Amino acid sequence: MYKALHRVGEYTLLMKKSITLPDRWNMFFKQLIREIYKLGVDSLWIVIIISIFIGTVIAIQISLNISSPLIPKFTIGYTTREIILLEFSSSIMCLILAGKVGSNIASEIGTMRVTEQIDAIEIMGVNSANYLIFPKITGLMLFIPVLVIFSMFTGILGGIAASYLAKDGMTPASFEYGLQFYFNSFYIWYSIIKSIIYAFIISSIAAYFGYYVKGGALEVGKASTNAVVMSSVMILLADVILTHLMLT
Amino acid sequence: MIEVKNITKTFDGRIVLNNISALFEDGKANLIIGRSGSGKTVLIKNIIGLMTPDSGEILYDGRNFLNMSKSDLKLLRREMGMLFQGSALFDSMTVLENVMFPLDVFSKDSARERRKRAEFCLDRVNLSDSGHLYPSEISGGMMKRAAIARAIALQPKYLFCDEPNSGLDPKTSLIIDDLIYSITKEYKMTTVINTHDMNSVMNIGDNIIFIKEGIMEWQGDKHQVITSNNKALNDFIFASDLFRKVKEMENNQEEG
Repeated sequence: MYKALHRVGEYTLLMKKSITLPDRWNMFFKQLIREIYKLGVDSLWIVIIISIFIGTVIAIQISLNISSPLIPKFTIGYTTREIILLEFSSSIMCLILAGKVGSNIASEIGTMRVTEQIDAIEIMGVNSANYLIFPKITGLMLFIPVLVIFSMFTGILGGIAASYLAKDGMTPASFEYGLQFYFNSFYIWYSIIKSIIYAFIISSIAAYFGYYVKGGALEVGKASTNAVVMSSVMILLADVILTHLMLT
Repeated sequence: MIEVKNITKTFDGRIVLNNISALFEDGKANLIIGRSGSGKTVLIKNIIGLMTPDSGEILYDGRNFLNMSKSDLKLLRREMGMLFQGSALFDSMTVLENVMFPLDVFSKDSARERRKRAEFCLDRVNLSDSGHLYPSEISGGMMKRAAIARAIALQPKYLFCDEPNSGLDPKTSLIIDDLIYSITKEYKMTTVINTHDMNSVMNIGDNIIFIKEGIMEWQGDKHQVITSNNKALNDFIFASDLFRKVKEMENNQEEG
């Protein structure tokens, strides 16, 4: 219990140190562009590939499980859309990104810590937390919504592809009708808002675990694993809270 | 000049530095020597502010480092350069970008002038052709030289080196020692070097502080090391046969 409280305090203090106005804006923007590219743009392909395949699989599985003549065929498109918009493209995609991006952040900062690069920054009078962590948090919060939008789009494209490939059950026309049926645009905003909060969770928790690494390569690996586990749990917890706050 | 007064540092009740006082003079290579675990690194980390001592004072030309305002501390940081044991070059930047980093942070010069200064520093350490390479693409000795170039980019008044020769072959160690020494004389810096390399002690030890188990055991220069009667110092310095024979020869010459 004491250890957990200590960690919460340590995390809060680190965030206070990180989230301040940068001393040099040109250096901040340079770092920000680098982080957006490295953490965001480099994740685009994995997001697109996963979303297409999962969108296809969701459509096929719903089609296979809805065989009742009482349920209209457009339900497949409708359900696929709801799953992708409400949960898959934000929460599940961010869980996947917590693995990819979170481990990247924790291992990068952790390696900088054990090789004294963070000490070198501090010696120069630079706020190392602000210089290293703030651009990562900002970059991810700015770009994860873009990834989520790509995921929604490609996930639904995957579902449409499944409707063309299906031998029986659904048709492209019924699927497209289902996609448009009772559409609530707030669900897109809901997903984007969730993803921004997840982006903060992923980047800040991973940065925390990396920043306080002590030891060598083994500890950096452990910190990376812990960062992924902790941010995944926090994403799931935040999912419950946000769903309750925004949809009920 | 850096003055350390009655510095004490403990970790979980264990005394690592015990009431250490020392003077590090301008234009000299001031060496802190001692066995592994004697408190050398803790002392240098306290002097540069990576750790805070439990008690005592650290004076940079009379300015109390521990009671400084944030703005004064920032100004002082501009006057400090540091060479880390593992070089601590930023992996994601080229050698030139590494040297430019402190200039980007502190200098108000134009980008072209900053680049020119960084190239000058790289030239000073004979790395003018390696600016475009990443730290992973250069040797250990080159990394140390690049780190020296970064440390002197802002023409610091104080240079700190934490075991600059660790992991280097004897010849490269000599090159690094000579480079640090010549830069110290050239810029009249107060250079503090943390080492247990005996070649460095004999070559560049203008002012040597010997620490044993957190206590300052002895202070002198490279000539006094040879003739010292301090048992703990002699056990440390002349642990190898080679250095013992050198000491015997020096003593015989003096007697003869």
